[in-house]
Amino acid sequence: MLLAIDTSAGTSVAVVDRDRGVLAERSVEDTRRHAEVIGTLILECLEASSVAVETLSGIAVGMGPGPFTGLRVGIAAANAFAFGAGKPVVRVVSHDAVAYAHYVAAAASASGIVTGGGADATPLLVTTDARRHERYWSAYSGADEFALPIRVQGPGLQRPDELPEVVTGYDGYQRWDADWVSAASVGLLAESLYLHRRAFAGAEPLYLRSPDVTPSSGPRRVTA
Amino acid sequence: MTAPLVLGIETSCDETGIGIVRGDTLLANVIASSMDEHARYGGVVPEIAARAHLEAFQPALAAALAEAGVTLEELDAIAVTSGPGLSGALMVGIAAAKALAISLDKPLYAVNHLVGHVGADVLRSPVGDAPVTLQPSALPVATSGPLEYPTIALLVSGGHTSLLLVRDLVSDVELLGETIDDAAGEAFDKVARLLGLPYPGGPEIDRAAAGGDPNAIRFPRGLSLPKDLEKHRYDFSFSGLKTAVARHVERLRDAGEDVPTPDIAASFREAVVDVLLRKALAACGDLGVPRLLLGGGVVANARLRQVATERCAEEGIELRIPPLSLCTDNGAMIAALGSQLILAGHAPSGMDFGADSTMPVTEIQV
Repeated sequence: MLLAIDTSAGTSVAVVDRDRGVLAERSVEDTRRHAEVIGTLILECLEASSVAVETLSGIAVGMGPGPFTGLRVGIAAANAFAFGAGKPVVRVVSHDAVAYAHYVAAAASASGIVTGGGADATPLLVTTDARRHERYWSAYSGADEFALPIRVQGPGLQRPDELPEVVTGYDGYQRWDADWVSAASVGLLAESLYLHRRAFAGAEPLYLRSPDVTPSSGPRRVTA
Repeated sequence: MTAPLVLGIETSCDETGIGIVRGDTLLANVIASSMDEHARYGGVVPEIAARAHLEAFQPALAAALAEAGVTLEELDAIAVTSGPGLSGALMVGIAAAKALAISLDKPLYAVNHLVGHVGADVLRSPVGDAPVTLQPSALPVATSGPLEYPTIALLVSGGHTSLLLVRDLVSDVELLGETIDDAAGEAFDKVARLLGLPYPGGPEIDRAAAGGDPNAIRFPRGLSLPKDLEKHRYDFSFSGLKTAVARHVERLRDAGEDVPTPDIAASFREAVVDVLLRKALAACGDLGVPRLLLGGGVVANARLRQVATERCAEEGIELRIPPLSLCTDNGAMIAALGSQLILAGHAPSGMDFGADSTMPVTEIQV
């Protein structure tokens, strides 16, 4: 059972269980209030799911890509919660969670089974808003037999008009412009990655942008 | 009520500070600074500072717990800076503090950074009531015994230059004045740069000024003319001073003359120190408050401490300067303020507060 947090778009928190699915999910779409709402969303999820902190097996967190100020709020919260609870943090690429939810839903509608399963060879291009007229993107060749997405390119950062050039075989992709990353998807993906012994994401936040700064070129003249 | 065991979290600028206190007793004060990463830019870069907080938080927290010899479960409360400061940097501490408080089921106090600087003065070392000496410092020793009210507080750093009237640490703090442009520490950085000295400018100017004549050049004292004093009696301005130094240096260079760095550094520093203390002591005199507390990173400046000591002695004002490790940004002062709020019976902050980059000093706790 995992507490899951994603702040790569809005703020999303969930409690998920491998066998029982999504026990609670609370989200706020506002992309400028991550720090304000994160605590309340965690409290509400724990209460709605009637899950005690001690019974969690870990904390799942989306590592982005996402705009840095908000993204950091979720990662900082997940790390601190895990430290306080004495539980491990498991990290996933936020786009992978979007793709996973897509493939699970596709499999469910094809087979009528809700839990997914069966490989899917549909290429999927996931993009999310990066502000400044750019998109974060990740390309998937399809999903394996557990609906786990197979990422073949990205995550990257591009202007929308550049995507056909940088994404290999762009025309073959079904494009999914997600305006939302669900913490429940992050949690369920983490459960599945653990179950099937797949690698989690690294500890580095996926900012994909350098800090906005240029080294000083020295003092400017004040007299003419 | 027994003295509460409080964890303090401070991430308002470029220092990740985690402190632990029990009542007014300092148990741990761990500071991880990203200062070196800002050096090539000549000033704090907010995004670099925020990224560094995320990386430094957990190691600093673990180190503070080890230093204090306490466990998370033993804590009575958590206190965190919610402003004023850099928004993106503050948010890292706020998010971590909220999540930590929920995971441990502990009350959370969101407090004011500037009032925290004043709160640093209540801290004592674990043995007796001697002043804190966990880290060696060459500071004149702060007066022992509890802080008395009211007191004037002069807080000077790279981000703030504020003059406060503190009638009560947890319930009554008034802003008398503040800088209307650059902070004093920022002026040190900018003048150091135009003299070709590295960042941070404070210690560099101090070094360069050794042997220089503080009266060689009469640089302007901002907002000190009678017409300015009417509206800005307790406000500061350092932008004009910086420009005056730049003009002076450019004039010498254009004329092909040597730039006497020691004299310029000493004269600039004298102008800053003079105006800071003149205004602080004017407040003491005007308001009949014979106590002055210094705080903030610029207190590391030897000349500021020396002139403060001299002038306060002349005017019969009690001067208090916490040890340097508690003057620069730190988590212990935030824990100390949290602890005093708890002892005064204040309720915890809700969960809905955010970063407030311009949080007024009248808002001691959210």
